[in-house]
Amino acid sequence: MKINRQLVFNLSLAFILFFLIHFLMSAKIISQYYQLNIYLLFINIIMATSLNLVNGFLGQLHLGHAGFMAIGAYTSAAMTTNMDLPFLPSILVGSIAAFVVGVLVGYPILRLGGDYLAIATLGFGEIVRIMIVNTEYVGGARGLSGIPRYTNWPILFLITVAIILLIRNYINSSHGRAVLSIREDEIAAETMGINLTKYKVMTFAIAAFFAGTAGALYAHYFFIITPATFNFLKSVDYLVMAVLGGLGSITGSIFAATGLTIISALLQDFGAVRMIAYSVVLVAIMLFRPSGLMGTKEMKFSFLDKKGGNKE
Amino acid sequence: MKILEINKLVKLFGGLAAVSKFDLYINKGELVGLIGPNGAGKTTAFNLITGVYEPTSGEVIFAGENIAGVKPFKINQKGMARTFQNIRLFKDLTVLDNVRIAYHSHVKYSVFSSLFRLKSFFVEEKEIEEKAIDFLKIFSLDHKKDELAKNLPYGEQRRLEIARALAAQPKLLLLDEPAAGMNPQETHDLMELIAMIREKFDLTILLIEHDMSLVMGVCERIYVLDHGMLIANGTPDVIRNDPKVIEAYLGEEA
Amino acid sequence: MDIFLQQVINGLSLGSIYALIALGYTMVYGIIKLINFAHGEIYMIGAYIGFFAITALGIGFFPALIISMVGCAILGMVIEKIAYKPLRNSSRIAALITAIGVSLFLQYTGVFFFKAEPKVFPKILSDGRMNIFGTKAYISYQQLTIFVVTILLMLLLQYIVHFTKTGKAMRAVAYDKDAATLMGINTNNTISMTFAIGSALAGAAGVMVGVYYSAITPLMGVMPGLKAFVAAVLGGIGIIPGAFTGGMILGLIEAMVSGYGNSLYRDAVAFFILIVILIIKPTGLFGKNEKEKV
Repeated sequence: MKINRQLVFNLSLAFILFFLIHFLMSAKIISQYYQLNIYLLFINIIMATSLNLVNGFLGQLHLGHAGFMAIGAYTSAAMTTNMDLPFLPSILVGSIAAFVVGVLVGYPILRLGGDYLAIATLGFGEIVRIMIVNTEYVGGARGLSGIPRYTNWPILFLITVAIILLIRNYINSSHGRAVLSIREDEIAAETMGINLTKYKVMTFAIAAFFAGTAGALYAHYFFIITPATFNFLKSVDYLVMAVLGGLGSITGSIFAATGLTIISALLQDFGAVRMIAYSVVLVAIMLFRPSGLMGTKEMKFSFLDKKGGNKE
Repeated sequence: MKILEINKLVKLFGGLAAVSKFDLYINKGELVGLIGPNGAGKTTAFNLITGVYEPTSGEVIFAGENIAGVKPFKINQKGMARTFQNIRLFKDLTVLDNVRIAYHSHVKYSVFSSLFRLKSFFVEEKEIEEKAIDFLKIFSLDHKKDELAKNLPYGEQRRLEIARALAAQPKLLLLDEPAAGMNPQETHDLMELIAMIREKFDLTILLIEHDMSLVMGVCERIYVLDHGMLIANGTPDVIRNDPKVIEAYLGEEA
Repeated sequence: MDIFLQQVINGLSLGSIYALIALGYTMVYGIIKLINFAHGEIYMIGAYIGFFAITALGIGFFPALIISMVGCAILGMVIEKIAYKPLRNSSRIAALITAIGVSLFLQYTGVFFFKAEPKVFPKILSDGRMNIFGTKAYISYQQLTIFVVTILLMLLLQYIVHFTKTGKAMRAVAYDKDAATLMGINTNNTISMTFAIGSALAGAAGVMVGVYYSAITPLMGVMPGLKAFVAAVLGGIGIIPGAFTGGMILGLIEAMVSGYGNSLYRDAVAFFILIVILIIKPTGLFGKNEKEKV
């Protein structure tokens, strides 16, 4: 089998990063506040890349990703907190719950095109939030508290890297090309034998699964989750990351999630001004560079592609 | 042996009959033309055959099975592929990807296999790429395989669309004005190419064309539509002398 | 029965507000195919303009209503010129995200200047109410005002759209922008005008909500904005009578859910209706079906 140099290099880089941060955290060189933001960053990366799967690669406007995150967060947290079940099965069940809801919701609404789908997914996110507010078992509007802190650095890192790899593998396959063809031209794709419903629903549900995973990791780091955490604005946050990085670029989403998380952490104390700056930047990007930082391209280390060498 | 048989096909848009009581058959291996003035309903007929539109009534029997109202992707998987009048390539994907996508219904490896990069993934991906490049070679597009489809010149885009349709490995190929916008030399080359692939892949072809002389030259039989109705059918000689056909065309020009 | 009648009255007042906001959504969508997420914020600004007009200038309800409508009309045009016009030919998602950006901008500029705490809207209309045909249901003068003003504005809008030159131009541009341009219609001015009219209606809704609920906040536009969009979709987006009807229906349903069921589910109902209508008939109650041409 051929060796994929890009992959090997990126993975090595990732693990150096892992040990570096691990060391800095355990030596308490990184303060508690920045540590929290690093955790948040990795959760944001999962959310942004998985959302990109729907908005960027499949080309469907999805504005309710936080709803799936909430399903994963609440399902897993209810399992660990209310039922004393172990962490890893809870993450899995939380993700599967999001996946199943993704299929059930996606099947009817993904027939809608463009703006109608956008508004339907937005509505979905709001419905999830309001349902949680009305569910006393998970604390209603007050939120669910006393969630054990099970999310640790190795688990978070490994899961994030695994999800990025899985998304990449999905896109770079015949199934992924089917997904891209739907973005490009639905009618041409369908007459070329692509089952639109199957690929739309499957991609939407896979993205939901990962959002569920991110939600579970989130809940088990921050001790408490409230329905308000997963409101429309949260979905917008992830949308902005995906769009800023470039719809259709996994590396773009990673960069944008990183950049925006850092900026957001630095401006934490400025409240309204932070949001004003955020919105101005958002509009400016759309006006001057609507394709985002990376467009649909992926970052590659070109020195690794030797002339006449192996290509993926 | 009839590969396609259309009986009393009707499509109404609101009260307007875009196609009414349309009958047609194609024997295996034939090259049949579908002509008619602008707005005669030719493309609508294609859309009905390939499932893009659902017929209001009537039958479309393909390889012995009624496919009226069946979804386009299933019809494609049963062995029918088409091109579009106004070129519908996957513009922001590479030339190679355009062809590989058409091969998708023949791919056997699962989503699971692609997610976890199992052996079946690598084996089949290699095979897909080789086959796709073979198709590109036939259309002399293999040297442009990594270019984005939208960056190809117009004539090459038309050729790529045919290559993509062929990669689906159809029994019946529907070409919607393949020579539209081409100069006489390009048109001539294209016709030779169509003759060649027909031979090589044992294809049956249904072709919409606007250019009468061209259709007369290559088609074995011709159907003429006007205002959604079939007004004539037969060999080029019969069509050429049919008063209704002459009237339909002269009427349009007058 | 009395509860029912009372909820009908409450529903129609609430529905009037939704209808006024929905009209702006539907007009803008009809003409440039953009979900103007910032529309809910224009309604919020309208409420604040009304608030300041009444408290600082000491004027009455109707002058405040007019000032607010004019202010919002200008704001709507400015937003269109700065943020949306440059994006007219770019992708739908870019335009949509810009609209979300503008919406956030207005919300937090509001928080910055007006502070997040609710402001108490002055009691400018009588608190009185009247009994309906000897039942236990009442209609307050505020509700009556909301209802009457909404109907008048709706009639005025119908007049503008159907009997004036501007209205004809708006319909022409909505139908086919390029053809309208070729026929000598100034498309840019017509789009500006559409934003102005839609925003003025939202401004009116803002002032009336201030009077009705007597408290306003910078984030008050988010939920009504989304729900008004639902109302517009319910009636058939781009269709003016549709937006009006959709708003009224939504108001009535919400009032019924509050009156008979659990008011906590009130917000979910709107979105549930949205998803159902989108699945059953995405073009809305008044819409016609169209299929993409191949």
